[in-house]
Amino acid sequence: MKLNERSLAFYATCDSPADNAGFLYKRGERHTAYHRRWFVLKGNMLFYFEERESREPVGVIVLEGCTVELCDSAEEFAFAICFSGTKSRTYVLAAESQAAMESWVKSLSRASFDYMRLVVRELEKQLEEMRWGPASGCGGCRQLPGSWKPKPLGPERSPERLPALPAILPKENGCAVWNNVPGADRPPDTSICSGYDSEGNPRPPPLPPRRRASSSEAGSAGVAAAESPSTFCRLHERYGQEVARLRQDWLERRRGPRP
Amino acid sequence: MRYNERELLFLARQPAEKAAEILMRLPKKGSVLKKRLVKLVVNFLFYFRTDEAEPIGALLLEHCRIIKEEENVFSISFVEEPERKYCFECDSEEQCQEWIEALKRASYEFMRRCLIFYRNEIQKMTGKDPLEQYGISEEARFQLGTHKQ
Repeated sequence: MKLNERSLAFYATCDSPADNAGFLYKRGERHTAYHRRWFVLKGNMLFYFEERESREPVGVIVLEGCTVELCDSAEEFAFAICFSGTKSRTYVLAAESQAAMESWVKSLSRASFDYMRLVVRELEKQLEEMRWGPASGCGGCRQLPGSWKPKPLGPERSPERLPALPAILPKENGCAVWNNVPGADRPPDTSICSGYDSEGNPRPPPLPPRRRASSSEAGSAGVAAAESPSTFCRLHERYGQEVARLRQDWLERRRGPRP
Repeated sequence: MRYNERELLFLARQPAEKAAEILMRLPKKGSVLKKRLVKLVVNFLFYFRTDEAEPIGALLLEHCRIIKEEENVFSISFVEEPERKYCFECDSEEQCQEWIEALKRASYEFMRRCLIFYRNEIQKMTGKDPLEQYGISEEARFQLGTHKQ
């Protein structure tokens, strides 16, 4: 398979900030000798150079779908980058100190594109909730801002979209990504859920059945981020529900008793 | 440059953000447009011969420029060699625009910029760092401005 190697080399050596860099010992594939290499982590790509000053990396490890584990090795401060699949290689690396090892294990285990995407979506959702209220998210629905009238309650909201960025939560694989609205399946007259104006405009449809993400995260592209079994998502769900509940309480209190 | 081909091949088989059969031309001299299955997975664009399971190649979409060329046509080039263009001819203008949008958002660096933007906005509105509750506020990759190596 051809790769755009020249561009890869440029990416590795250009002055865009690295997420981690330092010397690590890398165990050879066939021979178990360790070689000291200069490693540079950018995004989901782990480049390694013969020397720190080398113009081009010797190689790169694409980090999608990997797990990072501590290693039982004669070598001190060793850890491994593991991929699923029977014939997949495990990269055994060793740092030069406990602190360096911990720093690398942390940064490598969060290096995947999917992880970054999860965090971005989480913040996007938080920002939407702050501006529009929890149920207004409907992240993937481009026509929603037009059909949803902002409530007259609460802080003044201007209908502008987040500036300078493309539409929030673009469609993936042709399916709109709906915000996970707690209470979206309530009967229409209890329009106390925020995101619906007093005329009771239709709420977003309930979440479509989600496909399960493959267990090795390389595959999560195109599947709604919340499918990942990570702790992060569970936290995200929980906090989202808390916010929705609080807001509901607040709205109920404002409206007073319903007829 | 050595790379973990097995894992990249595995990645190429994952569900795509976007996939279509598109005419593609490599930046090599004398190259012609050929029908390829083009598949976007994370920040890689894989391209296959239409009847093959293994990609011919992959483009890492970092530091690249996605440019609308003529009608139905867009190109991908990389900042260090802007004249070397991978050209793609779509079936329609709509398809062309969709691909341009998707590819512009497909880089890790783009997502990082989004994250920093959102983090900043939330911090301005609430006075709190939204990453703190997840214990990741000190991570180098989430820092505003340049971070040290």
